[in-house]
Amino acid sequence: MIRIENLGVTFSRGTPLETRALRGIDLTISSGEFVTVIGSNGAGKSTLLSAVAGDTPVSDGRILIGERDVTKWSTARRAGLVARVFQDPLAGSCGNLSIEENLALAAARGHRRGLGPALSAERREIFHERVSELGLGLENRLNDLMNLLSGGQRQSLALIMATLSPSEVMLLDEHTAALDPGMAEFVLDLTERLVAERKLTTMMVTHSMRQALDVGTRTIMLHEGRIVLDVAGDMRAGLTTDDLVAMFRKVRGQDLEDDSLLIE
Amino acid sequence: MSEIAFWGAVELGLVYAFVGLGVYLSFRILDFPDLTVDGSLPLGAAVAAVLILAGVAPWPATLAAMVAAGCAGLVTATLNVKFKILHLLASILTMIALFSINLRVMGRPNVAIINEPTVLTPFYGLGLSDYLVRPAVLFVFVAIAVVLLTAFLGSNFGLAMRATGANARMARAQGIRTQFHIYAGIALSNALVGLAGALFAQTNGFADVTAGVGTIVVGLAAVIVGETLLPSRRIALALIGCVIGSVLYRIAIQLALSADVIGLKASDLNLATAVLVAVALILPRLRKGGRT
Repeated sequence: MIRIENLGVTFSRGTPLETRALRGIDLTISSGEFVTVIGSNGAGKSTLLSAVAGDTPVSDGRILIGERDVTKWSTARRAGLVARVFQDPLAGSCGNLSIEENLALAAARGHRRGLGPALSAERREIFHERVSELGLGLENRLNDLMNLLSGGQRQSLALIMATLSPSEVMLLDEHTAALDPGMAEFVLDLTERLVAERKLTTMMVTHSMRQALDVGTRTIMLHEGRIVLDVAGDMRAGLTTDDLVAMFRKVRGQDLEDDSLLIE
Repeated sequence: MSEIAFWGAVELGLVYAFVGLGVYLSFRILDFPDLTVDGSLPLGAAVAAVLILAGVAPWPATLAAMVAAGCAGLVTATLNVKFKILHLLASILTMIALFSINLRVMGRPNVAIINEPTVLTPFYGLGLSDYLVRPAVLFVFVAIAVVLLTAFLGSNFGLAMRATGANARMARAQGIRTQFHIYAGIALSNALVGLAGALFAQTNGFADVTAGVGTIVVGLAAVIVGETLLPSRRIALALIGCVIGSVLYRIAIQLALSADVIGLKASDLNLATAVLVAVALILPRLRKGGRT
C-alpha cells in the first residue's frame, strides 16, 4: 500500500523560474490496485512518479510506502520497495552488460550486494524460466549484450527485471510510448499479465486515454499539479474516452475562465 | 635487444600491469578518468621504500603502500562525489598535492633500497638467474590479481560497480548506492597502482618522486593495446588483455629504443607513448567511417 499526503513539489523555488509541479496531492493506493495516471504535458504525472521513486525531492507533505515514511529516503534506499520501468528503453538497463547480468542486477534489488557470484546456476535457471515467459526466444540469448536488442525487447526485459524481486509498488512511466504500435501492445499485455499474476500494486503513467481506461483498476487525472479526477469500479467502467476528453476540456476551460478573471 | 634487456622489459611490463588493471577499473568500469595514478604510483613506491628502510618487513610495507594509494583515490573520489568537482580536475588536484606529500614521505627526492630485503628476496637463489626470477615472481603476483579481480567484478558487488559506470540512473533504481561504488572503485584502482609503485621500488631498488610522470598514459596504453589484441567483453579476457598490453608495450618501447636506426633516445619515451595512445584512440573512430 502507498499513501501520499499533501504532496508538493516545487522546482527552482525562490527564483523567477519557480514552478509548482505538484500542489497538494492526496492519494492512497491499496495493495493490488493498478492505477493509471493521465494528464496533459506539464500536469505533473512524471513528477509524481519520480517523487514516489525518490528521484525528485519533495517540498511539502510525505510519502508512505507500506506504512514506512520514505519521504527522506534516497532513490537507492527506496529501491527495495519500488520497482520501475522507464519511458526510454535505454534508460532501464545497461547496454554494455549482457541480458543475464542485467537480470542479476535486478534480482539483487532490495538485497545486500556481497562478494558472492552474481550469476549462480540457480539464478540462471530462474532467469531462463522467467525470460521464456516472454515467448521472444530471448532465453537462448541470455549472454548477448543488452544493446543488441530492440526497444521492445528491452522494455519486455525491463518488466521481467522489475518483477524479479518483490516490491510494494511498481512505477511505469509511459513505458510503451517509445515503441511501435505492435510492440507497445505486446508490452502492455505483458504488463497486465504480470500485474495480475503477481498481484502487484502499480502506477502507470500514460498519454493514451484508451489505455488509461482499458488497463488497470483505477484512473486518476492530473491537471496543474492537482488530482482533478479519480475514478474506479462501476463509475470507471461506464466511462468512455469521449467522457474523459470532455472532462479534460472542462478542467482546461475552467482555467481559461480563471485566467480571464485575473486579466480583468 | 639483449636477452637481459628483453626480460627487463617484461619485468617492467608486469609491474605496470597493475597500473593497467587499475586504469581499467577507473576508465572502463567506472567511466571515471582518474589522473590520481600519476601521484599514487610514486606514493606507493615511497611508502614501501621508507617502511622497508625503517625495518618493516616487505609484505606489510607493500600492503601499507596499497592502503596509502587507496586513500589518495578516496580523496579524489570525495572531491568529485561530495563536492561535485569535475572528475578530471579532482584527480589533477590530488595528483599535484601528492607530489609534495611524496617528498614529505621520503624526506628527499630519491630513496635507495638496493640492499634491503624485498618481497622478491625469498625467491632469489633458487636456481634461476636474478633477471628471470623477477619476471617469474611478478607473473605469479599478476596472475593472482587477475583471478581475484575477475571474481570481484563477477560478484554482486562488482556487478553493481559496473552498472554504476554504465548507467548510474538505472543502478540507483536497482538500489545500488552509486556514490559508495565510486569511492570503492577509485580506492581499489589506486591501491592497485600503489602496489605497482611498491613493486617498482622493490624490483628497481629505489623510489623516486618523479617516477609517476605519465603513469596514466602508460596505463591507458596497456588497456588499449589489450583491447585491440583481445577484443572481448568477458571480464577475465579484458583483464588478461591489460596485462599482455602492458608487457607488449614495454617490449615495443625497448625495441624502439634499442634500434639505433630509428635514432630514439630514452628521453623520447613520453612522446612515443603519447603518440601510440593517440593513434590507438583515433584508429577505431576512423574505422567506423569517421563518425564521432
